[in-house]
Amino acid sequence: MLREREISSVELVGSVLDRIGEIDPLIHAYITVDAQEALNQARKADRMLSGQDADSSLSGTLLGIPVSIKDNMCTRGLRTTCGSKILGNFVPPYEATVVRKILDQGAIIIGKTNLDEFAMGSSTENSHFGPTRNPWDVNRVAGGSSGGSAASVAVDEAICALGSDTGGSIRQPAGLCGVAGLKPTYGRVSRFGLVAYASSLDQIGPITKDVADCALMLKIISGYDPLDSTSVDSLVPDYEKSLVNDVRGMKIGLPVDYFQEGLDKEVEESVRQALSVLQNLGAEVSEVRLPHTEYAIATYYILATAEASSNLARYDGVKYGFREKNFSHLIEMYENTRKEGFGAEVKRRIMLGTYALSSGYYDAYYLKAQKVRTLIKQDFDEAFKKFDLLVTPTAPAPAFGIGEKVDDPLQMYLSDIYTISANLAGIPALSLPCGFSREGLPIGLQLLAGLFQEEKIFQVAYAFEQNTDYHKRHPNPGGKG
Amino acid sequence: MAKIKDEGFVNSQPATHNSYSHLQTEKLMKYEAVIGLEVHAQVLTKSKIFCGCSTEFGGSPNSHVCPVCLGYPGVLPVLNSTVVEYAVKAALAMNCRINEWCRFDRKNYFYPDLPKAYQISQFAAPLAEHGFIDITDENDQVKRIGLTRLHMEEDAGKLVHAEGYVAANKSYVDFNRTGVPLIEIVSEPDLRSPKDAREYLQKLRSILQYLGVCDGNMEEGSLRCDGNVSIRPVGSEKLGTKAEIKNLNSFRFLQKALEYEIQRQICVVEAGERVIQETRLWDTEQNRTISMRSKEEAHDYRYFPEPDLVPLHIDQAWIEEIRSSLPELPEAKVERFVRDYQIPRYDAEVLSTTQSLAVYYEECVALFPHPKVVSNWLMGDVMRELNSRNIDISKSPVSPTSLSDLLKMIDQGIINNKIAKSLFEEMFDTGKPAGEIVRGKGLIQISDEAELEKIVDRVMTENPSVVEDWKKGKRQAIGFLVGQVMKATSGKANPAIVNEILQRKLL
Repeated sequence: MLREREISSVELVGSVLDRIGEIDPLIHAYITVDAQEALNQARKADRMLSGQDADSSLSGTLLGIPVSIKDNMCTRGLRTTCGSKILGNFVPPYEATVVRKILDQGAIIIGKTNLDEFAMGSSTENSHFGPTRNPWDVNRVAGGSSGGSAASVAVDEAICALGSDTGGSIRQPAGLCGVAGLKPTYGRVSRFGLVAYASSLDQIGPITKDVADCALMLKIISGYDPLDSTSVDSLVPDYEKSLVNDVRGMKIGLPVDYFQEGLDKEVEESVRQALSVLQNLGAEVSEVRLPHTEYAIATYYILATAEASSNLARYDGVKYGFREKNFSHLIEMYENTRKEGFGAEVKRRIMLGTYALSSGYYDAYYLKAQKVRTLIKQDFDEAFKKFDLLVTPTAPAPAFGIGEKVDDPLQMYLSDIYTISANLAGIPALSLPCGFSREGLPIGLQLLAGLFQEEKIFQVAYAFEQNTDYHKRHPNPGGKG
Repeated sequence: MAKIKDEGFVNSQPATHNSYSHLQTEKLMKYEAVIGLEVHAQVLTKSKIFCGCSTEFGGSPNSHVCPVCLGYPGVLPVLNSTVVEYAVKAALAMNCRINEWCRFDRKNYFYPDLPKAYQISQFAAPLAEHGFIDITDENDQVKRIGLTRLHMEEDAGKLVHAEGYVAANKSYVDFNRTGVPLIEIVSEPDLRSPKDAREYLQKLRSILQYLGVCDGNMEEGSLRCDGNVSIRPVGSEKLGTKAEIKNLNSFRFLQKALEYEIQRQICVVEAGERVIQETRLWDTEQNRTISMRSKEEAHDYRYFPEPDLVPLHIDQAWIEEIRSSLPELPEAKVERFVRDYQIPRYDAEVLSTTQSLAVYYEECVALFPHPKVVSNWLMGDVMRELNSRNIDISKSPVSPTSLSDLLKMIDQGIINNKIAKSLFEEMFDTGKPAGEIVRGKGLIQISDEAELEKIVDRVMTENPSVVEDWKKGKRQAIGFLVGQVMKATSGKANPAIVNEILQRKLL
């Protein structure tokens, strides 16, 4: 569209900024909007596009496209808060690798999106800057923790977004907001510059309006990064080539363990309907067991919190970020800074994780959880010997009400029951819209594949999208837009 | 912050270094000390272990830092492979088994000099294990000291409590040292005396220096030592309760602190009390160990595998490559010196302490093939001058060539030993070659018999009573006469010839 010069980058960025000005006071997808710089970059992009500017540093697939970035990815010179008071004034002097990669492709950073503090949560209510609202019903949550990124894409406050996913933080909000979101294979995308929550589970991925954009974005952000030892040095396929409307012969597994108590009837219906769409297109669907599924949440909340307790220890008021002024000695400075700087959920997880790693408890919790993690991974290894893909609901229910689960952490944790296993196993998984509840809330379908098998996911997701129109529906919050 | 408690021990007596010296030898003899050392050695790489910052010592505060070593949000460590190579070198030289797989762990604790609030170290799966270093103990017996493990880790920063800062109730942090690579070498509790411990540390340092893995500079903190000490009745197999002693950062402190601590523990036990498990600090001013924290106050480091780094596989072929590149190590050198130069083992050990000394020695011997003579000079005059000026032999103002020239002059009878010694001092001060000074001062030895005879005659005439004494059988009187001849020639007379002439004339 931009290349054909149907519209200029300035016009596109301008319309996105207008949309933000109009709707974001209601949705609150953004923590920081970088309007001036975005417009400057858009003008540059236009000069490039029209051939007036031979600046070769500005070219590429995303030239002139406004992108929103979850506020836990470092942007050089642009405040990066992690949704926390403790980093409320933090301006990184370096760029996350993913941010650099999309900038290299000419993308324009519109702003930094809201999230649960340090990506800990499933509703974006745990943000120091207030919750993000669901564009389909502003009294409901956008999901989390990448709620701001998902909402910004759903409501046209950005063309696409980057989110991060530790236990479902891309897929669950994408599902609840009716957009596409992919958690790539662990190691596919560099984590350098992503403020760590749980290092062995965190992965950055795209949140987009459709599967094609998702494939394009993944191609751009993937690849080995010498700055991240856990990034994998393997060839990045041309994911756009997987966008073929053909699923004939694809073997799809339906994990029966995911269709148990707690699954909303409407969600189940939508997912089963989606499966019959795929079956009609020629995919072979049969049931599969993932016997260790029931341990996933417990395992996750031990490993993720253990890592988090260590990752977040650096926020001590000594070097950067918030420091409580009221203290009389060092220990008190630590205590008061962390007491005032962190929100309740972050503190809860730091305490859980500290406990799990403590001497005398390590074997019973952390070590045991590592073993269960291996068993969960083996479940998937077995399943992917027989199946190309597994299909499940993304979340047990459509978006819940704001405030509904804030006082019940266990209920909140169960929102991630279908997404967490993919992080524990390191495998890729994507959520895309597969229906709407009677109340008009989007329902997400999750596709999972084996390690580095994103192409299979894209192929099936694309075919599904080509034969349905859920992704074409638009929310209309506040009756405007 | 660690509280430093201060208390006296038995009967709250003021505990100075000498306060336990009243222990009778027989009481001391009843006990045996069991000592293990933990040594941290700074690895001589140009850049830090997980980022590209310089490791240079002494830069202005916080001039060698970056977001990675400062633990900024979102940054990740990337392992410097040279550190692994150096650590493997050290492990091989210390006879360790290199584990095929090792990994890094996080050691979690809060302190302002530790920017991530965890240290990346190796805990459950270290680089190398089951090594040993052979030392020679007090009875000249070779003793094998086991090494439990050798692992890699990052150093912490440094707090600066300058006077002005303290007055302003402030402390500052210098992160230059943060992320500097270290290897930690943990010994088995195989050491039985402070002297053993000193010998072990010297040997270990010497190996590291030979390898070029660590400069061994204890003053600048590139080699640091902590010790675990317990006592038990002689003959007992059961280990006593140990105390960990921190800050044993010189050979002298190591020995003094261990001596003190052993005596303290014996005193505690003799007084019918029990040694408690705790961490103690060697106080260099008061010459005693003081309690830092008890077992109850010990940190729970909550070790767990570092998820930002992948497990490290050490390839067997690479190990062999490194093994084949190892230099000749002190032990092998000692054997070769004893065998090839026929010098005493003691000499060979001293000369092999550092590679530069050994190189110097061999260069001298090549030019002046009298190994024991060279050894005596090196261990005597040369070392004395170097030590008094605190310079390494590699920077000696007297080169091996210069020293050999001097020794040749003695050998050829051009100068005598006495003059050679003062000559050496002058060479050391001025850097001038021996020949030049000798010529300039006319120091060449007088060996001309006719000339010496004249002087001997004069001395005998001037000292008739001494000559009488000799004739009466007081044979030592000849020494006085030689001395007079030396005096008359300003020390230049060849003493052997003077003796010969005197013997002949007196008869």
